[in-house]
Amino acid sequence: MARMVQIEKVGVTFETKKGPFVALRDIDLTVEEGEVVSLIGHSGCGKSTLLNLIAGLNKPSEGVLLCNGREIAGPGPERAVVFQNHSLLPWLTCFDNVYLAVERVFGRKEGKDKLKARTRAALAMVHMSHAEQKYPNEISGGMKQRVGIARAFAMEPRILLMDEPFGALDALTRASLQDELMGVMEQTGATVVMVTHDVDEAVLLSDRIVMMTNGPAATIGEILEVELPWPRDRLKLAHDPKFVDYRAALLEFLYQKQLKKAA
Amino acid sequence: MTAAAIANEKLDVPAAAVPRKLAAPRVAAAPAAEPVPKQPRVPLGRRLEPVLKAVIPPVLGIALLIGIWHLATLKSTSLPGPEKVWVEAVRLFSDPFYQNGPNDQGIGWNVLSSLRRVAIGFGFAALVGIPLGFLIGRFVFLNRMVEPIISLLRPVSPLAWLPIGLLVFQKADPAATWTIFICSIWPMIINTAVGVQRVPQDYMNVARVLALSEWKIVTRILFPAVLPYMITGIRLSIGTAWLVIVAAEMLTGGVGIGFWVWDEWNNLKVESIVIAIFVIGIVGLLLEQALLLLARRFNYQ
Repeated sequence: MARMVQIEKVGVTFETKKGPFVALRDIDLTVEEGEVVSLIGHSGCGKSTLLNLIAGLNKPSEGVLLCNGREIAGPGPERAVVFQNHSLLPWLTCFDNVYLAVERVFGRKEGKDKLKARTRAALAMVHMSHAEQKYPNEISGGMKQRVGIARAFAMEPRILLMDEPFGALDALTRASLQDELMGVMEQTGATVVMVTHDVDEAVLLSDRIVMMTNGPAATIGEILEVELPWPRDRLKLAHDPKFVDYRAALLEFLYQKQLKKAA
Repeated sequence: MTAAAIANEKLDVPAAAVPRKLAAPRVAAAPAAEPVPKQPRVPLGRRLEPVLKAVIPPVLGIALLIGIWHLATLKSTSLPGPEKVWVEAVRLFSDPFYQNGPNDQGIGWNVLSSLRRVAIGFGFAALVGIPLGFLIGRFVFLNRMVEPIISLLRPVSPLAWLPIGLLVFQKADPAATWTIFICSIWPMIINTAVGVQRVPQDYMNVARVLALSEWKIVTRILFPAVLPYMITGIRLSIGTAWLVIVAAEMLTGGVGIGFWVWDEWNNLKVESIVIAIFVIGIVGLLLEQALLLLARRFNYQ
């Protein structure tokens, strides 16, 4: 398998009024093509910062990040991001929100009909065809996040970055969106890096789980390989001894080894 | 109850509900002669309730105002009472668009020429102020450069600029328009700049991830995001402009509602001045409401 993302000796230091603040240090990680990697840790451990580094929205203070063998110099559509709060543009319909991305990526090579077909296909994939002409404020939070995911997948990115994509949703909606996401990931064979603070979500969706130590100066604590066969079914996995073990390993790391001093 | 009414009722009510209807025939019996309305179940009184609740207080308020006005002017010889003003208003508005030379025109022409001046002055202010606001909002350096100038000039009464206008343009009409321009430009610059500065970072991150061109960023993200702020700026501008035009026209003369007030004062026709006050108020109210409607159309929240 080809290496999609290589992170080598990366550290991030923010300049604050009280002096330099080390957010991340000594991050080494490789993401293979077609792999689903989760970043998990307590809040403030810099997992979102790490995701933003891969997205190119932030720059590392030390070290280097490569995507497909080339240094990441800034954001780009080959690394699509699903934002935590959906970030749909409220003045565009769901269709136009997705179309804006599709047009940017494929507009030079393809005609309008093809672009529209791509947009419709992406919305159909997340079962949002019925709301094509609705505005984001006319649909529920879960639906907005679906459209956000459709927008990201429609760009056919080399890698999909998700920053707590279901964090703002209720448990039932979250479960149905996770199932949908699994379906889409299988259809497309996408490479995914996802930030989460949900243990079940991490085990259910990932091939590998990167556990981060607490900040400041957070780094990678442990990496857990999840050897559960795809496709995965949440009901069957609930009693699967392997699933239970993975879950326990995560909980142990988060609540014993990395227990927050303040909590 | 007529046969037609019964037939209509039967069409309207599902079969299972018939016994209940028979038990309470009062509702159906009321509009016996006319065709029965589609939904006769809600009594008329209850349907009118919200309308009445909305209408009664303002009507009472206005009635109170007119009452006080009437009492206050009962003994006065100089200030006209409501009846006198009403009679004069009916006379004035029966022919609002007459023209007897440049200094004697109908009230309609006066209002329209004031509105024209406001529109031109405001139009130029928008043309200059909105792009300037965008630039100031986007570039911090420019913002710091222009900020002291704006802070210095904004509190100055626009009428102080009138002599400069008269000097530069050598004519009354463009000088009045110039005054409107000056007073309209500040709210538009400031609100547009604030709007640009407050575009949510999330939207800019979307633009960055998509690597949109600067043109697409402006047309698809910045402009729509700033539009509500811009409309607020426009609303404030037009409000101020409508305040200022009356004073400016009093000083410059010509045709216009402000000039007309001054002219009627010189003729000692106080009824006309009271009418002018109402007209100015109503036009200002309409402008404000129209822009509020526009603002609601572009409110995405």
